[in-house]
Amino acid sequence: MGTTKKTYWKGLEQLKNDPAYIKNADKEFVNLGVEEDPGHSRRDFLKMMGFSVAAVSLAACEAPIRKAIPYAIKPVDVDPGIANYYASSYVNGGDYCSIVVKTREGRPIKIEGNALSSVSMGGTNAQVEASVLSLYDNYRLRGPKMGDQSVDWETIDKEVQGKLAEIGAQGGQIRIISNTLLSPSTQAAMDKFKAKYTATQHIQYDQVSMYGMMKANEESLGAAIIPSYDFGKASIIVSFGADFLGTWLSPIEFAKQYATTRKIDEDHREMSRHYQLEANLTLTGANADYRTMIRGSQSGLAVLQLYNLIASKAGRASAGAGMENVENLDKAAEDLWANRGKSLVVSGSNDKTVQILVNGINDMLGNYGSTIITSAPVNYRKGNDEAMASFITDAGAGKIAGVIFYNCNPVYDHPMGAALEAAIKNIALTVSTGFTDNETGSAVTYRAPDHHYLESWNDFEPKKNIYSLSQPAITPIFKSRHAQESFMVWAGESNVDYFTFVKENWRNWFYSKNSGGVDFQSWWDKCLYDGVLEPGGAVAAALTFKGDVSAAASTVSSTYKADSSGLELAVYESYGLGNGSQANNPLLHELPDPITKVVWDHPVSVSQRDAAALGFTNDGESNTQLGTLTAGGITVTVPILIQPGQMPGTIGISLGYGRTKVGKVAENLGVNAYPFLNMLNGSVSMTASADVSLTKTTDAFQLAQTQTHQTYMGRESVIQESVLSEFKKNPGAGREYPKVTKWDEKVDPGTLSLWKGHDYNQHHWGMSIDLNSCTGCGSCIVACNVENNVAMVGKDEVIRRREMHWLRIDRYYSSNGKHGDYRELEKASENPEVVFQPMLCQHCNNAPCETVCPVAATTHSTEGLNQMTYNRCIGTRYCANNCPYKVRRFNWFKYHDNQQFYQANPSMNTDLGRMVLNPEVTVRSRGVMEKCSFCVQRIQAGKLTAKRERRPMKDGEVVTACQAACVSGAIVFGDMNDANSAITKLLKIERDEKRPNGIDKKIGNPRAYRVLEDIGVKPNIFYLTKIRNKEASREDA
Amino acid sequence: MQASSVFRESLVTGGKTMADVSQDISCQVENKPSRLWWTAFSISLVLLIYGGYCCWMMLWHGIGMWGLNKTVGWAWDITNFVWWVGIGHAGTLISAILLLFRQRWRMSINRAAEAMTIFAVICALSFPAFHMGRLWLGFYWALPFPNAFGSLWVNFNSPLLWDVFAISTYFSVSLVFWYMGLIPDFAVIRDRAVRMGHMTRARIYNGLSFGWDGAAKTWMRYESVALILAGLSTPLVLSVHTIVSMDFATSVIPGWHTTIFPPYFVAGAIFSGFAMVLTLLLVTRKVFKLEDYITIYHVELMNIIIIVTGSIVGIAYITEFFIAWYGQVPAESYAFINRATGPYWWAYWSMMTCNVISPQLFWFKKLRTNLVATFIISIIVNIGMWFERFVIIVTSLHRDYIPSSWTMFHPTMYDIGQYIFTFGIFFTAFFLFAKFFPVINMAEVKSIIKATSEKKNTQAH
Repeated sequence: MGTTKKTYWKGLEQLKNDPAYIKNADKEFVNLGVEEDPGHSRRDFLKMMGFSVAAVSLAACEAPIRKAIPYAIKPVDVDPGIANYYASSYVNGGDYCSIVVKTREGRPIKIEGNALSSVSMGGTNAQVEASVLSLYDNYRLRGPKMGDQSVDWETIDKEVQGKLAEIGAQGGQIRIISNTLLSPSTQAAMDKFKAKYTATQHIQYDQVSMYGMMKANEESLGAAIIPSYDFGKASIIVSFGADFLGTWLSPIEFAKQYATTRKIDEDHREMSRHYQLEANLTLTGANADYRTMIRGSQSGLAVLQLYNLIASKAGRASAGAGMENVENLDKAAEDLWANRGKSLVVSGSNDKTVQILVNGINDMLGNYGSTIITSAPVNYRKGNDEAMASFITDAGAGKIAGVIFYNCNPVYDHPMGAALEAAIKNIALTVSTGFTDNETGSAVTYRAPDHHYLESWNDFEPKKNIYSLSQPAITPIFKSRHAQESFMVWAGESNVDYFTFVKENWRNWFYSKNSGGVDFQSWWDKCLYDGVLEPGGAVAAALTFKGDVSAAASTVSSTYKADSSGLELAVYESYGLGNGSQANNPLLHELPDPITKVVWDHPVSVSQRDAAALGFTNDGESNTQLGTLTAGGITVTVPILIQPGQMPGTIGISLGYGRTKVGKVAENLGVNAYPFLNMLNGSVSMTASADVSLTKTTDAFQLAQTQTHQTYMGRESVIQESVLSEFKKNPGAGREYPKVTKWDEKVDPGTLSLWKGHDYNQHHWGMSIDLNSCTGCGSCIVACNVENNVAMVGKDEVIRRREMHWLRIDRYYSSNGKHGDYRELEKASENPEVVFQPMLCQHCNNAPCETVCPVAATTHSTEGLNQMTYNRCIGTRYCANNCPYKVRRFNWFKYHDNQQFYQANPSMNTDLGRMVLNPEVTVRSRGVMEKCSFCVQRIQAGKLTAKRERRPMKDGEVVTACQAACVSGAIVFGDMNDANSAITKLLKIERDEKRPNGIDKKIGNPRAYRVLEDIGVKPNIFYLTKIRNKEASREDA
Repeated sequence: MQASSVFRESLVTGGKTMADVSQDISCQVENKPSRLWWTAFSISLVLLIYGGYCCWMMLWHGIGMWGLNKTVGWAWDITNFVWWVGIGHAGTLISAILLLFRQRWRMSINRAAEAMTIFAVICALSFPAFHMGRLWLGFYWALPFPNAFGSLWVNFNSPLLWDVFAISTYFSVSLVFWYMGLIPDFAVIRDRAVRMGHMTRARIYNGLSFGWDGAAKTWMRYESVALILAGLSTPLVLSVHTIVSMDFATSVIPGWHTTIFPPYFVAGAIFSGFAMVLTLLLVTRKVFKLEDYITIYHVELMNIIIIVTGSIVGIAYITEFFIAWYGQVPAESYAFINRATGPYWWAYWSMMTCNVISPQLFWFKKLRTNLVATFIISIIVNIGMWFERFVIIVTSLHRDYIPSSWTMFHPTMYDIGQYIFTFGIFFTAFFLFAKFFPVINMAEVKSIIKATSEKKNTQAH
C-alpha cells in the first residue's frame, strides 16, 4: 500500500485554521467555556458529584426511625439505652400504692412496687401495673376546654375566676367534690381556695363506700376512722363478704400480710385458717379454706349468730336471735375462740350496725391491738355517703351555685349519677379536673385537666403518719396542669407552682421533726429518692370498744332476714377495671377476671340452680343467653354466666363497666351497675334486694373467656394438693410420684431419656411457684404484658381462643366426679374448691418444642432457658402443638400498625400508645411464635451489670416481671447453680457431685413438683403443692 | 406375544389389536375436547379461582383467617396435607411395587394413577407451604441451603424437615418415573401426527418424547430405567407416609405419641390412594370409553386391595384403643375416650363407619364387581380417610394435657377455601392431563393384548 494522501481533520476548526484552534492545538484537553471560572476544578466536580450521589441515595433510603430527635445536650441522668427509676406513688381516689417507675429515654414504661413502703410493701396489683398505659391514653384531654371548644389556660382561668367572683358576690354555695383525698398538700391547696371562697365545702365520696364502717367505729370506738388490719398475725380469719385479697380497702397490703400466713414448709407446718361467707365467689373466697355461700340479705344475721356464739363462750349475753345452721359458722366460732388475740373477723358490709357487731366480736376475741390496729388509722376511704347524697339533692334543688369535680366522676360512679347529671345543667359554674374524657367531664362547662399521676408532683398520707411523694417521670404530654395549681390560681394566689408548694409544705410540716440534722435539700432528695417518709413514733392513741351491741343487733334483726326466697343482686367491684375509673385501659380489659376468666365483657353471674330454674345454659364455648335483669326499677340486658360458688338466689354484677364517655376501648361495654346501689342504714349498700327479677331472652350471646374448661379432670400430674393435717404428718402429702415401666421394673420418669442432657456451667435459671400462696390475682399477667410488649387482641380474637398472654393463671374448680368418670369430672361442684395455677413457659430441659422446629428457631441456651428467635421463625406452629403446657402463642395477625386492632391494642397502633413499649423487647411480627422468655432482657441486663463491675452475679439481681409483681411472693426465680440463691434454698437443691451442672437437680423440698412429670420433659419450673387448712375429708378433684 | 393361560381372564377385553390401542387412546389427545370435558374443566377452574381468592386473603392478612387457635395449631391444613399425600401413594405403588411383582393388570391403570400421584403431591405440598406463618422465608429456610446467616442450619431433629426431604424426593422420583413412561407414547402421538399432517403437534410431541426412535436399544434402556426407578420408588412408597406419620409419632401429645403410626399410616395411604384411583378411573373410563382397557377385573382387584388395607387400618384403630387402655397412661386413655365420646365423637364415628365398615362390603363379589357400588364406596373411603386425619390431629390437640387450655376448633370459609383451592389444582391439572397426555400406557398395554386370532375367535363366538 502506498502512502496515503488522505488527511483527517479533527474538525472544521483545524481545516479552517481557526485562531482559537491554533492557540489550543498543543493541549490535549480544551478548556471549553469554564476557563472564566477557574474555581471549578476536577476536584470540585468530584466533590459535587459525590454530594449529589450521596444526597440522592440518602433521599432514596427511608430512614427507619423518622421522628427520633437526639438530645443536643445530653441530660446528666439520661443515658440512652439505660433505664432510670423514680420512686413515686400510684393514687386513684383512695387506692394507694407506693411505686417505682421505670423510664427509658424519658418515657415511663413500667411500674413496679416500692419495697421501702410499709403500706404496699413492694406489692402492686393489676390496676397499678396497667396504669402506665393510661398515661398514653389517646382519649386523654389535650388541654383545657369550655364545652366542646378547646381554649387556653388564661381564657379558662379568667372565665372561672369571673364566675367564682360572681358567685362569691351573690353568696352562692360552692362545692368541691372528690373521691377520698389522700394528699395533704392538695388539701392545703383546696384550703387556700376555701379561704378565698368561704361558702365552699369539700365533699368526699367513694365509689365503693366504707362510710358505714367509719360510722360504726365512731359509735363503738369513739373515732370515725378505719383502723389498720394485720392479717399476717391472724391464725383464724373469718370474712363476711370482705374481698380483702381482691378489692376490699387495701388489697395489696392485705394480700402481702395474708401470704405470710400461707407459706409453709417442712420446718414451719402451720398456716392460717380462713373462713369466707359470701354470695359471689370472690378472689378471697376462692382462697378460703372453708367457704360458705350466704346471701347479702342474710349476712347481718350470720354476723349476729357469730356474735352470739362467741358471746356464749365469753360468758356474755347474746344479742338477739341470729341465723341458725349457717354452714361452718360453729366451727369458725370454735376456732376463733381457741385463737383469741390472733384471729380476725372482717365484714365487707357497709352497714353500720353489722360493723358494730363485727367490732363487738373482735373485741370479745381480744383482736384490738393485735390484728386490728386502731392507733394507725388508714385514710383510704374517707367518703361520706350522706354528705354526697345531700349534695346531689341540694344541686337538684338549685341550692348550689358552683361545683368543682376534683378528679372524680360521680355522674357515672355514684348511684344518683343520673340525678346529678340533670342537676349540673342548673349549676352556674361547673368545673371538672379529670384528665380523661368522662361522663362528668362531658356534663360540665369547664374542663381543666389535671396531669396524669406519672406527670405530677404530689404528696400523700395513706396511713396516719406515713407519707409518700409522687414525682413526675415524664414532662406533661399535653397542655394539662396540676389541679392544685388550678385551685390556687382560682383562689388568686400568685405563687402557684405546685412543686414548690409541696416542697415548702414538707419543709414546714415534716423537715424539722424528721430530718435528723441534715440540710433540707439532702433530706428532701432522700425523701424523693425513697418515695416514702415513715417517721414512725408518735401515732394516734389506741381505741377501745364501747359500742351498743344490742341496739345494733335489733336493727340487724329487723333489716336482715334468714329466709332465702326471691332474688337479690350482689354488686361487687371488678378485679380488672376496679371502680371503672381506668376503664379505657385495654390491659385491664384483656386481663381475665381471676374467677370467671372473662375478658372484654360484663356478664352477670347466677348459680347453677337458678340457671336451671330460669332456663339459662352455658356450653363449653362460652355460649350463653342474654337475660333481662330488673332491680329497683332499673332494667338492663346482660349476658348470663353460670358461676359455680354463686349463692342460689343471688345475682352477681360487677361495677366498672357501662362507661358511656371514656374512649373507644371501653365505650358502651357492659352496663353501669352503680344505679343498682341503694342506701341501707345511712350508707350505700352493695346488696339490692328490692324487686329483683331476671328473665331469659331468646338472644344468644358469646362471652370471651380465656379458659373454657373449668375443672382439672382429676389430673394429679397437673394439680397436687393436700390438707394441712396430712401435711403435718408428711410434708410430701398430696404428691404424685409417677413411674415409668421398663420391661422389668418401674423407674422414675426422669431417669429414662434419649437425650444426654445439658451442662449449665454458668447459671441454671429456675423458678418456683407456690400454689399455696398464689392468690390468683393476675397482677403478674399485666406486669408480663407491659414488660414484654405482649399484644392485646380484643374480644373477637379471644373468642377464637387466641389471646397472646405469655403467662396465664389457670383456675380450676373442684368437681364431685369420681376418678375416671370424665363426664362428671367436667362439671364443677355447686360450691367448689378453687385452685390457681400460674402457667408459663416451663423452660423444659428436654424441651419438646426445640426438637420439632424445622429451622431451629427455638433453641436451648447454655443457662437452661428455652429461647425463641423471632427472626428465624417461619411459623409452622409445630412447637405450639408439641408443647404439653400450651404456653406458646402465635401471631395470627399483624397486631401492630394494623387498624383492625386499634381498639384492643393502642400501644402498638398509635403514636402515643407506642411510647409505652419496652425498647428492650422486640414487637413480634405476624406469623411468628412467641412465649415467656424468663424476662431474658432482665437476665441480660443483670449479667452485663455484673460483668461491668467485674463480679459474679448476686442472687436477687435478676427479678422477672411476674415475680416483681407477685404480691404474695409465690413466684421465686433464680440461679439453681448458685448454692446460696433463694431458689436453691427454697427447693432445697442438693449438689449432685457426679454432674453438678447437669439438668437433673436433686430437689429436696417434698412439696416441689414438676407439672406433667411423667412425660419427662424436665421443666425448670417447680410448683409447690397446694395445702388447704381444712379437715381431712377431702373431696376428690 | 403373550403366553396366556386359558384359566386367566384377559386383562384387555374386546379383542383389541395394537392399532386399536393406539387409535383408542391417542384419539383422546388428537380430537377436540368434548363438551363434557369443557364443563368439567370449567368447574375445576372455578374451584381454582375461588380457592385462590381464599388463599390470597389468608396470605394477605395472616394465618388468623383460618380457624386455628392457641391449642389447635394445626387442623384442616395438615389434615388436608396428610390426606393428599395419602392419595398420592397409589400411583407409585401401582407402578413400582406392582411392576416388581409382575402384576400385569396394573398396566392399564398406572398412567392415570401416577398422574394422580403427581397432582395429589402438588396439592399436598401446598399445605405445608401455606400453613407457615412466614411462607416467604420458610421456602428457603426450611431447605439446607448454604447461607450467609452465619452458622444457621436447619434442624435435622425435626420431623417436619424429614417431611421436606421425604416428600420432595418422592415427588421428584414419581415425576421422573411418570414422565419416562410417557415418552414412547408421546412418540406414538408424534408419529400419528406426522402421518395426519399436523406438523405443530408433531413438533411439540417430538420435543416431549425427547426424539424417541423406537430402536431395540432404546427400548432396552427404557425397560431397565423403568426397573431401576421402580426399585428406587418402592422404598419411597413406604417411607413417605412413615415419615409423615412421624410428625405425630415423635411428639409428646397423647393420641399422637404412638409407635403404631408408621405402618398404620402407610396402610391408610394405600387405602385412600386406591380409593381415589378408583374414583377417577371409573369416571375416565366412562368419559373416554375405555371399558375394554379398564375392566371389571381391574376394579375387582383394586377393591380387594381396599378390603385388605381397610382391614389393616381397622385393626390399627382397635390396637390404638387397646394400647391406650393397656398402657395405663391417664392422658392417653383420656385422649382415646375423648375421641370416641368427646365433643368430636361424630368425626370419630364417621371415620369408623367410612373406613372400617364400608370396605367390608367388598367381601360380596356382587358389590366389588359393581361399578356404582365401587364408585360410592371409593368416595366414602376418601371421606373416611379425611376424617381419620382430622380425628388424629384435631381431637388429639384440642384436649391434651392441661385442661385449662382445652378448646374447640371451628373452620372458617378460608379453611374450606384452601381445601377447595387444592381441588381446583388437582382437577384442573387432571383434566389437562387427560386431554393432552395419553391416559393409558399404550406401550405397556400393547404387551398384554392377546394375539389377533383371539379377536377372530371372539368374533366367531
